[in-house]
Amino acid sequence: MIRFIALVSTVILIAVPGFAEVKIQEVTSPKGIKAWLVNEPSIPILAFDFIFKGGASLDSDEKQGATYLMTGLLEEGTGDMDAADFSRATESLAARFGFDATRDSVNLSAEVLKSNAPEALALFGKAITAPAFNQVAVDRVKNQVISGLKSDETDPSAIASKALREQMFPDHPYARGVEGTIETITALTTDDLRAAHQAALALDRAFIGVVGDVTAEELGPMLDALLGDLPTVGPPLPARKAFSATGGITVIDHDSPQSQALWAQKGIERDDPDFFAMYVMNRVLGAGGFTSRLTEEVREKRGLTYGVYSYLASAEFGDYIGGSVASGNETIAQAIDLIQSEWQRIVDDGVTDAELDAAKTYLTGAYPLRFDGNSQIAGILSGMQWQNLGIDYIATRNDQVNAVTREDVARVTKKFLDPDGLRFVVVGKPVGLDSTK
Amino acid sequence: MRALLKPLLTICLFAPFAAYAKTGDVTTFTLNNGLEAVVIEDHRAPVVTHMVWYRVGAADEKLGKSGIAHFLEHLLFKGTDKMEAGEFSQIIAANGGSENAFTSRDYTGYYQRIAADRLPLMMQLEADRMQGLKLTEEEVLPERDVVIEERNSRTESNPGALFSEHRNALMYDNHPYGIPIIGWMHEIKNLSREDALEFYKTYYAPNNAILVVAGDVDPEQVKSLAQTHYGSLIPSDTIPERVRPSDPPNRAAVHTVFEDPRVRQPYVIRTYAAPQRKAGDQKQAAALVLFAELLGGSGVTSFMGQRMQLEQKISLNQAAFYDGVSLDPTSFGIYAVPAPGVGLTKLEAEMDATLAAFLETGVDADHLARLKTQVSASEIYALDDQSGTARRYGEALTSGLTIKDVQDWPSILQSVTAEDIMAAANAVFDIKSSVTGWLVSDKESAK
Repeated sequence: MIRFIALVSTVILIAVPGFAEVKIQEVTSPKGIKAWLVNEPSIPILAFDFIFKGGASLDSDEKQGATYLMTGLLEEGTGDMDAADFSRATESLAARFGFDATRDSVNLSAEVLKSNAPEALALFGKAITAPAFNQVAVDRVKNQVISGLKSDETDPSAIASKALREQMFPDHPYARGVEGTIETITALTTDDLRAAHQAALALDRAFIGVVGDVTAEELGPMLDALLGDLPTVGPPLPARKAFSATGGITVIDHDSPQSQALWAQKGIERDDPDFFAMYVMNRVLGAGGFTSRLTEEVREKRGLTYGVYSYLASAEFGDYIGGSVASGNETIAQAIDLIQSEWQRIVDDGVTDAELDAAKTYLTGAYPLRFDGNSQIAGILSGMQWQNLGIDYIATRNDQVNAVTREDVARVTKKFLDPDGLRFVVVGKPVGLDSTK
Repeated sequence: MRALLKPLLTICLFAPFAAYAKTGDVTTFTLNNGLEAVVIEDHRAPVVTHMVWYRVGAADEKLGKSGIAHFLEHLLFKGTDKMEAGEFSQIIAANGGSENAFTSRDYTGYYQRIAADRLPLMMQLEADRMQGLKLTEEEVLPERDVVIEERNSRTESNPGALFSEHRNALMYDNHPYGIPIIGWMHEIKNLSREDALEFYKTYYAPNNAILVVAGDVDPEQVKSLAQTHYGSLIPSDTIPERVRPSDPPNRAAVHTVFEDPRVRQPYVIRTYAAPQRKAGDQKQAAALVLFAELLGGSGVTSFMGQRMQLEQKISLNQAAFYDGVSLDPTSFGIYAVPAPGVGLTKLEAEMDATLAAFLETGVDADHLARLKTQVSASEIYALDDQSGTARRYGEALTSGLTIKDVQDWPSILQSVTAEDIMAAANAVFDIKSSVTGWLVSDKESAK
């Protein structure tokens, strides 16, 4: 006997200037599945976003790529429906389903019409909870994944990325590619995929955001029907891994007129109290599009690249601060030199008041622009839960940005930035650059 | 980043059908100086998308000056009489806005997404750079190096992109669509400040521009703001008519093999000459859109997918593609990626057999019905995609279509019959109008 349809435990009304009203309700389904909901009745569509923590990091070394392949196969048949049956049914309902795996998560999404939402969600639920893993589909999708891996063998960014992650996080799932290797993919069996399915889609790791023309009372039973048959508890997650690369340069010879460089140094945890200070700092240093120091020095003043940027990669099982630049073989050494200098300069001198103000007004002003569609907002809601940000985060996030002072930036650059610890991986035929230890 | 080129090979299931806000939410006006404007209301969030589109693209360049439209687009972020170089982007960023620009064969566009109350500022800045651009050699030369690096990143480092350029050059014998949007490297290297300014003065004027504003705005207010900021710009009476050299009759099928040692996954691709969406005459293009979906839309439910990938297991991936938004006649394409162990000779033969089989079998009525369901749904989904809707209006209005054409498009798609589709299919599959290409690491091993 169901005593309640859905339990609405929290309702929070966000009223930040510049925002549409974002009223998040925390919904708990009759079976205990939690989700955050924004009721948006003005358009007759519903958007669901599901994040299952773990992702490709759950694969063993021998079975790497299993989670990625499994996720790709969720749309390739369920029950007695084969891939074409499933696809035809999706087309008939004009539903839009997304299936993706990253190193940290499996991400599923559904956009459906209000008019046929029950049928569309029933179909999506079957795909998620009862994938068929038909051998014929498995073989076909395996070949597609292998084709992509082969192409990566000569792709400069893919080559650089592989070399860098192996240096950053050796002997850890983060050293591997999400898609696995040609050898491991080839060897995966249907049993492996079933095991990966049970491991990767566990309800204790699920974070759910829903936006659309649906009430909390309606949502609870929907979630139970969708996900109720999934395992309740997932296997152990990998341990966090410390950043292990040392400062220096790795050159990988590749026949190309241009060199692609990626770089990294040790990172900062997402829940570190200094995270926002670093986030604002990086806006000035390298994340700032056309207004960052790296873009100004490497692109605008000297025309050495089409794009240069840095970013904070603060992830589930390990962190780093990274960046990317591509420049002609003759000029890549100069570009790297400039990046190293800018890394040092912001440590030595911090940022100016004008830079800090510009960074803050940009970051606070740009935040509401992310809320530009039901599925985008659903993704924000699931992401907030994953990162344990609290249901009032949308209202407080800009305050945290605005609270960062010049002194904070000066302190955190010295604490976290490590100009001598930057490892560059350069793929191309760079002139005047040699590998160091 | 600045200067996103439109991919030459666009395959997107939903794009052909999408999308427009319901007619009631779209209003239009034209200023006395000829600036046309489209306003799309969406009051769900206090955000606005502000776009200015120019009716000029890479296909309007002078011979020998390939890449100038795109290079100029980069240079529009330099200074004006009133602004220092780079100040434009700084002001947008300081107001929390995102911005970018893009160049295609038929248009060049600039946009910002920002809090709705900053719309007047966006108009002020965009109007300023419509006619007030100021360029120095010190700014132009490094930016040309940026474009060279952009070409290195996008094209030279990517055999698939080089192959696409090569096929395109073969596809258009005389029409400038055969010239890459970013420009040939040897011509980019010679583009000058004077080239950029001449192109700018020729084409950047209010009567060659379309303003698209989408978001939390009131159309009357937009009109009055547009009058304030854009109204005093001076129209040009020397904008060239957009008549490009056209192609001679196609007399022989072209077949080409592109070898690059970096290729790890060979494939075969073919394009056929095809008509575009024309103002007041979109039926044939609508039939081709649906035909592309039936033939090679979904990997597993389309005719090619069913036969080549699922039944014969000779392709890993295959598709048909067609985008009818184009000022001049365009192309309809198909491609197939071989399954392991399958040579391109066999794959191409089977691709031909598949096309013949489609023409023999005809339209699957159930499949067509499903596609029309998706067309209807795309009208609802489009309500949740403000900037996508804005983009579609800008793209259409700079490619020879009218607002009415955009708004009529869904009903034209709905009205297409199986007979229309077969007629369009039979007309487009003229092998003499086609270019077939193989992308391989070396010719022998790929056969």
